[in-house]
Amino acid sequence: MAELLAKTPCSGLVPVTHGAVTLDEVAVGPITSLAPYRGQRAALSSALTETVGLGWPEPGRSTANGDARLVWTGRDQAFLLGAAPDARLGDFAAITDQSDGWAVLRIAGAGVEDVLARLMPIDLAPDRFAPGHAARTLCGHMTVSVLRLDTQAVQIMGFRSMAGTLVHELETAMAAVEARARLP
Amino acid sequence: MRIPCPICGTRDRREFTYKGAAVLLDRPSPEADAASWDAYLHLRDNPAGRTRDLWFHDAGCAAWLVVERDTISHEIFGAELLDAD
Repeated sequence: MAELLAKTPCSGLVPVTHGAVTLDEVAVGPITSLAPYRGQRAALSSALTETVGLGWPEPGRSTANGDARLVWTGRDQAFLLGAAPDARLGDFAAITDQSDGWAVLRIAGAGVEDVLARLMPIDLAPDRFAPGHAARTLCGHMTVSVLRLDTQAVQIMGFRSMAGTLVHELETAMAAVEARARLP
Repeated sequence: MRIPCPICGTRDRREFTYKGAAVLLDRPSPEADAASWDAYLHLRDNPAGRTRDLWFHDAGCAAWLVVERDTISHEIFGAELLDAD
């Protein structure tokens, strides 16, 4: 049997640093999409609380418990990161394993909002988009899921097939912000 | 132009895709006569003033919205979720 080597979505593309801002890949573990069936959101939330210790996230929010994290990703949809879903959740929600479908990046450093402001049409200032806040929006021309990790770090999830473009967009914005900061 | 998504808050127009007039929601019954179906498929008012349109928040929460706006002033009066539960 051939021994296959697994490559991460952004293998060979990151880490990248420009000035104070660094872009790197994050290994979040399993990624599972949860979409509650009609009228089952409360039951799903209870089952999640029992099995993962986290309730269904409010729109625009994310909650974490150890390695497990729930991220709101759309109307009646959230992603469970870093934990395998209990089979019981299938009684209340459509569950899809998307672990290999997403490129997960972490962009961090002083002035990270200045970089993202060049690409994303939402307000990501730390007081408006605080740790634990999540959003679906655009990064350039592609849709992404954005999550504030801490005051200087943001997680960006994009489609794996677009990983090269996503890194290129972010890297170009990072270089431009750094070049502008160096102007006399 | 910004649209107040009931789920995400006020967002830039580029996150949305326009579908058409909200009369699309008033689908005739399958037994309706040909004239009703013709009107449903092809005939639209072209109002100067308030309209109700369908917009899809495709780069956001993926909800369908009914947005009420003014085609003269471009004012947006509000947006409602389709199929709110």
